[in-house]
Amino acid sequence: MLDKVIFYFFSGIAVGGAVLTVTRRNAVHSAIFLITSLLATAGIFLQLRAEFLFIVQIILYVGGIMVLFVFVIMLVNLDVAVRQIQFARQKWVALVIALALAAQVGLMLWSSAKMPGQGLPVLAAAPANQLPLNSEEVAKSLFDSYLLPFEIASVLLLVAMIGAVVMAKKRT
Amino acid sequence: MLPIGHYLFLSLALFIIGAIGVITRRNVIVVLMSIELILNAVNINLVAFSRLYGDVAGQVFALFIIADAAAEAAVGLGIIIAFFRNRETVLADEMDLLKW
Repeated sequence: MLDKVIFYFFSGIAVGGAVLTVTRRNAVHSAIFLITSLLATAGIFLQLRAEFLFIVQIILYVGGIMVLFVFVIMLVNLDVAVRQIQFARQKWVALVIALALAAQVGLMLWSSAKMPGQGLPVLAAAPANQLPLNSEEVAKSLFDSYLLPFEIASVLLLVAMIGAVVMAKKRT
Repeated sequence: MLPIGHYLFLSLALFIIGAIGVITRRNVIVVLMSIELILNAVNINLVAFSRLYGDVAGQVFALFIIADAAAEAAVGLGIIIAFFRNRETVLADEMDLLKW
Protein backbone atom coordinates (compact mmCIF):
# COMPACT_ATOMS: atom_id res chain seq x y z
CA MET A 1 0.00 0.00 0.00
CA LEU A 2 2.72 2.43 1.00
CA ASP A 3 4.66 1.37 -2.11
CA LYS A 4 1.69 2.30 -4.24
CA VAL A 5 1.25 5.73 -2.62
CA ILE A 6 4.95 6.52 -3.08
CA PHE A 7 4.92 5.33 -6.69
CA TYR A 8 1.86 7.37 -7.70
CA PHE A 9 3.15 10.45 -5.86
CA PHE A 10 6.51 10.43 -7.64
CA SER A 11 5.18 9.37 -11.04
CA GLY A 12 2.55 12.12 -10.93
CA ILE A 13 5.24 14.71 -10.24
CA ALA A 14 7.46 13.22 -12.96
CA VAL A 15 4.77 13.26 -15.65
CA GLY A 16 3.49 16.71 -14.65
CA GLY A 17 7.02 18.12 -14.67
CA ALA A 18 7.66 16.59 -18.09
CA VAL A 19 4.47 18.09 -19.55
CA LEU A 20 5.33 21.53 -18.18
CA THR A 21 8.92 21.20 -19.47
CA VAL A 22 7.64 20.73 -22.99
CA THR A 23 4.92 23.41 -22.88
CA ARG A 24 6.44 26.42 -21.05
CA ARG A 25 7.41 29.43 -23.19
CA ASN A 26 10.43 30.47 -21.17
CA ALA A 27 13.43 28.15 -21.37
CA VAL A 28 14.39 28.86 -17.74
CA HIS A 29 10.97 27.65 -16.57
CA SER A 30 11.42 24.55 -18.73
CA ALA A 31 14.75 23.89 -17.03
CA ILE A 32 13.21 24.20 -13.56
CA PHE A 33 10.37 21.79 -14.40
CA LEU A 34 12.89 19.39 -15.94
CA ILE A 35 14.75 19.41 -12.60
CA THR A 36 11.44 18.59 -10.85
CA SER A 37 10.81 15.68 -13.20
CA LEU A 38 14.34 14.30 -12.79
CA LEU A 39 14.16 14.54 -8.98
CA ALA A 40 10.85 12.64 -9.01
CA THR A 41 12.52 9.97 -11.15
CA ALA A 42 15.26 9.76 -8.52
CA GLY A 43 12.49 9.06 -5.99
CA ILE A 44 11.25 6.21 -8.16
CA PHE A 45 14.78 4.79 -8.32
CA LEU A 46 14.85 4.85 -4.52
CA GLN A 47 11.48 3.09 -4.40
CA LEU A 48 13.04 0.41 -6.64
CA ARG A 49 15.90 0.09 -4.09
CA ALA A 50 18.56 1.41 -6.47
CA GLU A 51 20.25 3.67 -3.93
CA PHE A 52 23.42 4.23 -5.91
CA LEU A 53 21.53 5.37 -9.01
CA PHE A 54 19.36 7.61 -6.82
CA ILE A 55 22.44 9.50 -5.63
CA VAL A 56 24.03 9.55 -9.09
CA GLN A 57 20.81 10.91 -10.59
CA ILE A 58 20.71 13.80 -8.11
CA ILE A 59 24.42 14.65 -8.23
CA LEU A 60 24.99 14.19 -11.96
CA TYR A 61 21.69 15.15 -13.59
CA VAL A 62 20.35 17.78 -11.23
CA GLY A 63 23.73 19.04 -10.01
CA GLY A 64 25.76 18.78 -13.19
CA ILE A 65 23.78 18.69 -16.41
CA MET A 66 21.13 21.17 -15.28
CA VAL A 67 23.75 23.72 -14.21
CA LEU A 68 25.19 23.37 -17.72
CA PHE A 69 21.75 24.02 -19.23
CA VAL A 70 21.02 27.06 -17.06
CA PHE A 71 24.48 28.43 -17.80
CA VAL A 72 23.96 28.14 -21.55
CA ILE A 73 20.47 29.72 -21.28
CA MET A 74 22.20 32.63 -19.54
CA LEU A 75 24.90 32.84 -22.25
CA VAL A 76 22.50 32.90 -25.20
CA ASN A 77 20.34 35.87 -24.37
CA LEU A 78 16.76 34.69 -24.80
CA ASP A 79 14.80 37.89 -24.13
CA VAL A 80 13.98 38.15 -27.83
CA ALA A 81 13.33 34.45 -28.27
CA VAL A 82 10.64 34.33 -25.55
CA ARG A 83 8.41 36.67 -27.55
CA GLN A 84 8.66 34.57 -30.70
CA ILE A 85 6.45 31.62 -31.57
CA GLN A 86 7.69 28.67 -29.53
CA PHE A 87 6.08 25.80 -31.41
CA ALA A 88 6.82 24.72 -34.95
CA ARG A 89 3.91 23.97 -37.27
CA GLN A 90 4.32 20.25 -36.69
CA LYS A 91 1.65 19.81 -34.04
CA TRP A 92 -0.30 17.26 -36.07
CA VAL A 93 2.80 15.33 -37.05
CA ALA A 94 3.73 15.17 -33.37
CA LEU A 95 0.24 14.06 -32.38
CA VAL A 96 0.21 11.31 -35.01
CA ILE A 97 3.65 10.08 -34.00
CA ALA A 98 2.75 10.08 -30.29
CA LEU A 99 -0.48 8.18 -30.94
CA ALA A 100 1.31 5.70 -33.19
CA LEU A 101 3.94 5.11 -30.50
CA ALA A 102 1.33 4.63 -27.78
CA ALA A 103 -0.76 2.34 -30.00
CA GLN A 104 2.28 0.27 -30.91
CA VAL A 105 3.33 -0.35 -27.31
CA GLY A 106 -0.27 -0.81 -26.16
CA LEU A 107 -0.92 -3.36 -28.91
CA MET A 108 2.29 -5.17 -28.00
CA LEU A 109 1.30 -5.38 -24.33
CA TRP A 110 -2.27 -6.43 -25.18
CA SER A 111 -1.29 -9.10 -27.68
CA SER A 112 1.48 -10.49 -25.50
CA ALA A 113 -1.05 -10.87 -22.68
CA LYS A 114 -3.21 -13.00 -25.02
CA MET A 115 -0.51 -15.59 -25.64
CA PRO A 116 -0.17 -18.26 -22.97
CA GLY A 117 2.94 -17.69 -20.87
CA GLN A 118 4.04 -14.75 -23.01
CA GLY A 119 2.64 -11.73 -21.13
CA LEU A 120 4.50 -9.39 -18.86
CA PRO A 121 6.56 -11.30 -16.30
CA VAL A 122 4.50 -11.81 -13.15
CA LEU A 123 7.20 -13.37 -10.99
CA ALA A 124 7.54 -11.65 -7.62
CA ALA A 125 10.65 -9.56 -7.03
CA ALA A 126 12.83 -10.43 -4.05
CA PRO A 127 11.58 -8.84 -0.81
CA ALA A 128 13.35 -5.60 -0.03
CA ASN A 129 14.97 -6.75 3.21
CA GLN A 130 16.76 -9.63 1.47
CA LEU A 131 18.47 -7.57 -1.21
CA PRO A 132 22.29 -7.41 -1.15
CA LEU A 133 23.92 -4.03 -0.58
CA ASN A 134 23.20 -2.02 -3.70
CA SER A 135 26.39 0.03 -4.15
CA GLU A 136 28.60 -3.02 -3.56
CA GLU A 137 26.69 -5.06 -6.14
CA VAL A 138 26.87 -2.26 -8.72
CA ALA A 139 30.61 -1.86 -8.14
CA LYS A 140 31.22 -5.61 -8.41
CA SER A 141 29.30 -5.83 -11.67
CA LEU A 142 30.82 -2.62 -13.07
CA PHE A 143 34.45 -3.52 -12.41
CA ASP A 144 34.11 -7.23 -13.13
CA SER A 145 31.77 -8.01 -16.01
CA TYR A 146 31.57 -4.53 -17.51
CA LEU A 147 35.15 -3.29 -17.19
CA LEU A 148 35.64 -2.71 -20.93
CA PRO A 149 32.41 -0.71 -21.39
CA PHE A 150 33.43 1.31 -18.32
CA GLU A 151 36.76 2.23 -19.93
CA ILE A 152 35.04 3.03 -23.23
CA ALA A 153 32.61 5.31 -21.37
CA SER A 154 35.53 7.18 -19.80
CA VAL A 155 37.12 7.65 -23.24
CA LEU A 156 33.73 8.90 -24.51
CA LEU A 157 33.57 11.47 -21.71
CA LEU A 158 37.11 12.62 -22.54
CA VAL A 159 36.19 13.01 -26.22
CA ALA A 160 33.01 14.91 -25.30
CA MET A 161 34.98 17.23 -23.02
CA ILE A 162 37.52 18.06 -25.74
CA GLY A 163 34.71 18.46 -28.28
CA ALA A 164 32.75 20.83 -26.05
CA VAL A 165 35.84 22.98 -25.41
CA VAL A 166 36.68 23.15 -29.13
CA MET A 167 33.06 24.00 -30.06
CA ALA A 168 32.63 26.76 -27.50
CA LYS A 169 36.11 28.27 -28.02
CA LYS A 170 36.32 31.65 -29.74
CA ARG A 171 37.71 31.29 -33.23
CA THR A 172 41.08 33.04 -33.44
CA MET B 1 7.73 -3.35 -5.87
CA LEU B 2 4.53 -2.90 -7.86
CA PRO B 3 3.77 -5.05 -10.95
CA ILE B 4 6.14 -4.25 -13.79
CA GLY B 5 3.37 -2.78 -15.96
CA HIS B 6 3.15 0.35 -13.76
CA TYR B 7 6.77 1.21 -14.44
CA LEU B 8 6.47 0.42 -18.14
CA PHE B 9 3.51 2.78 -18.53
CA LEU B 10 5.25 5.57 -16.59
CA SER B 11 8.27 5.15 -18.82
CA LEU B 12 6.08 5.12 -21.95
CA ALA B 13 4.35 8.36 -20.87
CA LEU B 14 7.64 10.15 -20.23
CA PHE B 15 9.06 8.88 -23.53
CA ILE B 16 6.06 10.12 -25.55
CA ILE B 17 6.10 13.54 -23.85
CA GLY B 18 9.81 13.83 -24.64
CA ALA B 19 9.24 12.80 -28.27
CA ILE B 20 6.49 15.42 -28.67
CA GLY B 21 8.86 18.02 -27.24
CA VAL B 22 11.62 17.07 -29.69
CA ILE B 23 9.26 17.38 -32.66
CA THR B 24 7.28 20.51 -31.78
CA ARG B 25 9.61 22.92 -29.99
CA ARG B 26 11.54 25.53 -32.00
CA ASN B 27 14.03 26.36 -29.26
CA VAL B 28 17.03 24.02 -29.59
CA ILE B 29 17.82 24.16 -25.85
CA VAL B 30 14.35 22.85 -25.00
CA VAL B 31 14.78 20.16 -27.67
CA LEU B 32 17.94 19.01 -25.83
CA MET B 33 15.97 18.99 -22.55
CA SER B 34 13.33 16.77 -24.18
CA ILE B 35 16.09 14.36 -25.23
CA GLU B 36 17.14 14.20 -21.56
CA LEU B 37 13.53 13.28 -20.71
CA ILE B 38 13.63 10.43 -23.25
CA LEU B 39 16.91 9.05 -21.85
CA ASN B 40 15.46 9.28 -18.35
CA ALA B 41 12.39 7.26 -19.39
CA VAL B 42 14.67 4.50 -20.67
CA ASN B 43 16.51 4.48 -17.33
CA ILE B 44 13.25 3.81 -15.46
CA ASN B 45 12.67 0.74 -17.62
CA LEU B 46 16.17 -0.59 -17.03
CA VAL B 47 16.03 -0.12 -13.26
CA ALA B 48 12.53 -1.64 -12.99
CA PHE B 49 13.58 -4.81 -14.82
CA SER B 50 16.81 -4.94 -12.85
CA ARG B 51 14.76 -4.96 -9.63
CA LEU B 52 12.32 -7.54 -11.01
CA TYR B 53 14.99 -10.07 -11.99
CA GLY B 54 17.33 -9.28 -9.09
CA ASP B 55 20.15 -8.67 -11.57
CA VAL B 56 22.18 -5.52 -11.10
CA ALA B 57 23.31 -5.33 -14.76
CA GLY B 58 20.34 -3.09 -15.62
CA GLN B 59 21.51 -0.50 -13.12
CA VAL B 60 25.02 -0.62 -14.61
CA PHE B 61 23.58 0.12 -18.03
CA ALA B 62 21.51 2.96 -16.56
CA LEU B 63 24.80 4.40 -15.31
CA PHE B 64 26.23 4.20 -18.83
CA ILE B 65 23.16 6.00 -20.17
CA ILE B 66 23.61 8.78 -17.60
CA ALA B 67 27.26 9.16 -18.72
CA ASP B 68 26.03 9.28 -22.32
CA ALA B 69 23.49 11.97 -21.45
CA ALA B 70 26.22 14.07 -19.84
CA ALA B 71 28.44 13.76 -22.93
CA GLU B 72 25.53 14.57 -25.24
CA ALA B 73 24.51 17.63 -23.21
CA ALA B 74 28.09 18.97 -23.15
CA VAL B 75 28.65 18.61 -26.90
CA GLY B 76 25.13 19.76 -27.82
CA LEU B 77 25.33 22.90 -25.71
CA GLY B 78 28.80 23.63 -27.14
CA ILE B 79 27.31 23.44 -30.64
CA ILE B 80 24.46 25.76 -29.59
CA ILE B 81 26.93 28.34 -28.25
CA ALA B 82 29.01 28.18 -31.45
CA PHE B 83 25.85 28.50 -33.57
CA PHE B 84 24.47 31.39 -31.52
CA ARG B 85 27.77 33.25 -31.97
CA ASN B 86 27.46 32.97 -35.75
CA ARG B 87 23.74 33.42 -36.39
CA GLU B 88 22.28 35.09 -33.25
CA THR B 89 19.43 32.60 -32.98
CA VAL B 90 18.55 29.37 -31.16
CA LEU B 91 15.47 28.50 -33.19
CA ALA B 92 15.65 25.18 -35.00
CA ASP B 93 13.80 26.24 -38.14
CA GLU B 94 16.17 29.14 -38.78
CA MET B 95 19.06 26.69 -39.07
CA ASP B 96 18.46 26.15 -42.77
CA LEU B 97 21.85 26.63 -44.45
CA LEU B 98 21.76 23.08 -45.82
CA LYS B 99 18.11 23.31 -46.88
CA TRP B 100 17.44 23.47 -50.58
